[in-house]
Amino acid sequence: MLSAEEWGIVLLSLKVSGVAVLLCLPIAFGLAWLLARGRFPGRVVLDALVHLPLVLPPVVTGWLLLLAFGNNGPAGRWFSEALGISFMFRWTGAALAAAVMALPLMVRAMRLSIEAVDPKLEQAAETLGASRAHVFATITLPLALPGLLAGMVLGFARSLGEFGATITFVSNIPGETQTLPIAIYSALQVPGSEAVVTRLAILSVALSLAALIASETLVRRSGQGRGRHVL
Amino acid sequence: MSFEVRVEKRLGERMIAAEFVSDAGLTALFGLSGAGKTSLLNMVAGLLRPDAGRIVVDGSVLFDSATGIDVPARARRVGYVFQDGRLFPHKRVKDNLLYGWALADPAQRWMDLDEAVRFLGIGPLLNRWPRTLSGGEAQRVAIGRALLSAPHMLLMDEPLASLDRGRREEIMQVIERLRDELKLPILYVSHDRDEVERLATLIVPVESHGF
Repeated sequence: MLSAEEWGIVLLSLKVSGVAVLLCLPIAFGLAWLLARGRFPGRVVLDALVHLPLVLPPVVTGWLLLLAFGNNGPAGRWFSEALGISFMFRWTGAALAAAVMALPLMVRAMRLSIEAVDPKLEQAAETLGASRAHVFATITLPLALPGLLAGMVLGFARSLGEFGATITFVSNIPGETQTLPIAIYSALQVPGSEAVVTRLAILSVALSLAALIASETLVRRSGQGRGRHVL
Repeated sequence: MSFEVRVEKRLGERMIAAEFVSDAGLTALFGLSGAGKTSLLNMVAGLLRPDAGRIVVDGSVLFDSATGIDVPARARRVGYVFQDGRLFPHKRVKDNLLYGWALADPAQRWMDLDEAVRFLGIGPLLNRWPRTLSGGEAQRVAIGRALLSAPHMLLMDEPLASLDRGRREEIMQVIERLRDELKLPILYVSHDRDEVERLATLIVPVESHGF
């Protein structure tokens, strides 16, 4: 079974991923909405920017985060002065890195689900007397919801696996920034720790698999997902 | 006058223009597919903005480019029965029927759920999901949903197009009763001559003009 230390790693990973997804949710939804429904110049550029963490080497993303959110970075200074939040060598930094890496996947899934909502249904609701806000709350959101949930699950799974950007940005500190993948990497450096590595690896596979199955089930259940996949 | 419509709208390569005045029970806009009939209905419903013109229904001005009046779709109180039904897939039949009813001013409602259900014979369908309905059933629910939103008028876009022969007759009889019993002004779009000749009190031909 797992030792207390290993449980600590799992709990930290779940905390980091959970916070990352919650942090990402409003931003990802806003971006998904803009990309699905917005007609504005620069839409292609925004689309590319959102997808950048997906294709950039994670170590570069981590380094960019360090420049922006480090103690001397502009964003980092603002957060520490205005909100008293520091990212350096803290689990908050790990959550930020995971959020940035999860963003493209979440936006993608949410955008697909928003695009799958037939605007003709929204028009029908309008002719029945519904205001824009009412249409959104009673038609658009419920129809897009399975995809939004799937996006969250997917983002959560991506956050659990986040390695490169995290270790670059906030290093490898047991109990603070040492999430599951980083702990596996650390254990691999120590001779004779095969048993620990195996246990943590099995745990990773189980968590990721559960998240993927949950995500696919949500999309399929919505009925809109017929023939579509978020991956 | 039930309807007083004079609009023009350029859509891509086509120019859609129509002008008619009608006091009839059921006014049919008749023309070939692609002549812009649906666009005309959408302009009356407020879903498509004409380039110029004036739309008056039952004495209230819904659109007038000269004075800048453009009542939003949600406030026009049109009951729109779409060609493809457009029932909300995530709501049961009963909740579909009550969607517009719940939004209408209680003082303006002129039909309640029981009356609509009896009028259309859809009692057994109330707890069903839209995807389990046949074409004729779905079309009756769509008509009921429109009636319950307390409309001043009904817009119907090829409501028989997706139905087989038996169902067509059934829905035609419903439409005749809407016209004769409820005295509701109806603007009806079709490309089928027999259908239009049987149902319409007034036929308005619609043609589009290419450039």
